[in-house]
Amino acid sequence: MDFDFFFNNLPQLTITGLAFGAIYALIALGYTMVYGVLQLINFAHSEVFMYGTFATLWTVWALTGSGGASGMQLVGILLLALVMSMLTSALVALLLERVAYRPLIKRNAPRLIALISAIGASFVLAELMGLRDRVTGWFGLDDTLDRYVSGARINASMSGVVNMPNVDIFGIPVKTVDLLVIGAALLMMVVVDQFVRRSKLGRGIRATAQDQETAALMGVNPTRTIQMTFLIGGLMAGVAAFLYMLKIEVTKFDVGFLLGVKAFAAAVLGGIGNLRGALLGGLLLGVAENWGAALIGTEWRHVVAFVLLVVILLFRPTGLLGESLGKARA
Amino acid sequence: MIRSSKSWQAVAVAAVAGLVLTACGTTEDGGGDASGSGGGDGAACDVTIAFFGPETGPAAGLGAPIIQGAQLALDEYNADAECQIEMLKFDSQGSPDEAPALATEAAGDEALIGIVGPAFSGESAAAGPIFAEAGLPTISPSATNPTLADNGWDTFHRVLGNDATQGPAAATYISDTLSSKATFVIDDASEYGAGLAQEVEGGLGDVVVGTDTIQAGDTDFSATAQRVTASKADTVFFGGYYAEATILVSQLKDAGFDGTFVAADGVKDPAFLDAGKDAEGSVLTCPCIPNTDPAVAEFASAYEEAFGEAAGTYAAEAYDAANVFLDGIAEGIDNREEMLEFVNNYDEAGVTKQVSFDEKGEPSEVHVYSYKVEGGEIVPEGEIS
Repeated sequence: MDFDFFFNNLPQLTITGLAFGAIYALIALGYTMVYGVLQLINFAHSEVFMYGTFATLWTVWALTGSGGASGMQLVGILLLALVMSMLTSALVALLLERVAYRPLIKRNAPRLIALISAIGASFVLAELMGLRDRVTGWFGLDDTLDRYVSGARINASMSGVVNMPNVDIFGIPVKTVDLLVIGAALLMMVVVDQFVRRSKLGRGIRATAQDQETAALMGVNPTRTIQMTFLIGGLMAGVAAFLYMLKIEVTKFDVGFLLGVKAFAAAVLGGIGNLRGALLGGLLLGVAENWGAALIGTEWRHVVAFVLLVVILLFRPTGLLGESLGKARA
Repeated sequence: MIRSSKSWQAVAVAAVAGLVLTACGTTEDGGGDASGSGGGDGAACDVTIAFFGPETGPAAGLGAPIIQGAQLALDEYNADAECQIEMLKFDSQGSPDEAPALATEAAGDEALIGIVGPAFSGESAAAGPIFAEAGLPTISPSATNPTLADNGWDTFHRVLGNDATQGPAAATYISDTLSSKATFVIDDASEYGAGLAQEVEGGLGDVVVGTDTIQAGDTDFSATAQRVTASKADTVFFGGYYAEATILVSQLKDAGFDGTFVAADGVKDPAFLDAGKDAEGSVLTCPCIPNTDPAVAEFASAYEEAFGEAAGTYAAEAYDAANVFLDGIAEGIDNREEMLEFVNNYDEAGVTKQVSFDEKGEPSEVHVYSYKVEGGEIVPEGEIS
């Protein structure tokens, strides 16, 4: 136990932990919303995130060229990358709903079947990205797209594109990118939370989560509502992917797996089906991990995360905030 | 169900046919050109050598220079030989899972009397017992795990120093060349990385101000970076591979670390340059000879002429390994037993070093070189002594 180091660096450790936790929280939102509405764990959500990281990376690559970019031009490129990332992730999420879930739900298949379908879809999506050089090779495009498809199974990086300075807050050096990630994630969470609480579509989502049949009788289109749920989850995963690329700068076809597991843990920690729970769970998990890594050693960070999950579930089996999406009041 | 079982049969038939075809392919290659049997100047005919390692797959980039280095040796031999020698390729994709089956296939090919490879430590460990059992001599141009030589496989040899020699060399570099007062040692918990880190720690002693272990596959190293900056280290040594090194070096620099990042041959890959200006100034150690070294100048220019590119990592080592076998074949050796004895007693000048092996198969002479990332390139600095 390295208490000296831990207490001397507590503010920095907390901020870097919060930044990663904010990314967990945004991904966790997708798990929690789909679960809230369908009581279904969408294990392919991690791939929705992964496609977003590549959309960000490719947009940045395509627009910065060799010389790099700066100033307003860079801000423009990054905003476009954010939009592309959100669109791509939303598209993948909608595709998932259409191909992997809707046919099953239509036939009233057991939840377990949908879970297997999700795992299958997850593998297909990840491997498609990991084999993109071969896939484009079938169409003879691998030479034209060389930069985007070569090295399909290794890291792809946008390092050096965005260089943000460190700032001092009360004498503590803090990375601007961490503050940006935390701020953007909080903002997105508030937007989604208010949307679900106040808008008509949000009311539909809550109604469907409570009782799908009754909601349908009251004029809520269940298919449209489920689509909407996947769409919001996908958009948030796209934001998470963009922020992740700003912070880590490197992605890979299997990057979704570990983050997906962590985000799912965050959703369960906060109370699955609960939007504010996802935020709380994500931030808590991120900070606990970083503190654990600092106290015991970095090789223990995953252990710390999951021990925390087990301990909290022992005392609060429904998670910290433990109420369902349907019970959120307007 | 009936329809689907039929399609399964079709799959099974196709799979079996595939196996048979693969087997045929190898034996046909092994037959070689029989007409020159008992060749004019006493060289053996009807024998083959082989490359064992990744020709395709994720690590194909590391396999290519090895294949081409060995191919160059073979082409030079064939240019004035009575009968042509062929080089087979056993494409393991660098995977320990693929290696045993391929090794068994190689062992069954009687005409095959020497293997350049296996390329990686993992596949070497998996295939080693099979080669030892078959008495098929192997010379690896690139596997550096120290324990490989301790298995008692008398067929195992390598032409480069293992990690136990690379670690102390890295420690020497850190203390002598960088004159580090405070070094932070990080490893990735892999056999390769942890072993190296331990050697470096042992070599540096009190200079080590802290250690940490990361997990391969992780992407967020903020706690580690915080630890490094808090320790006020002027040097970081990382035992691990380039995938994590690329991210780690960026996060270290972002956290305010402005010292030197030192890593070993697992990071000496163009992909490390993805870290851009964060990688600048990093030092990489490698038991591989730089292709600018005067000793390999002739080899390097021949290689460039033959393949149209500069000789990559371990190409010269592969060239030396292949030449050991080819010298034996030139002396008329046509079976594994004599070849093994020949390799064990070999002592000739190669391009990378004086090539000879001790009783465990380790090279009797070891050189470790340092490289530096400068201007977006990995530039050789010279030998660490």
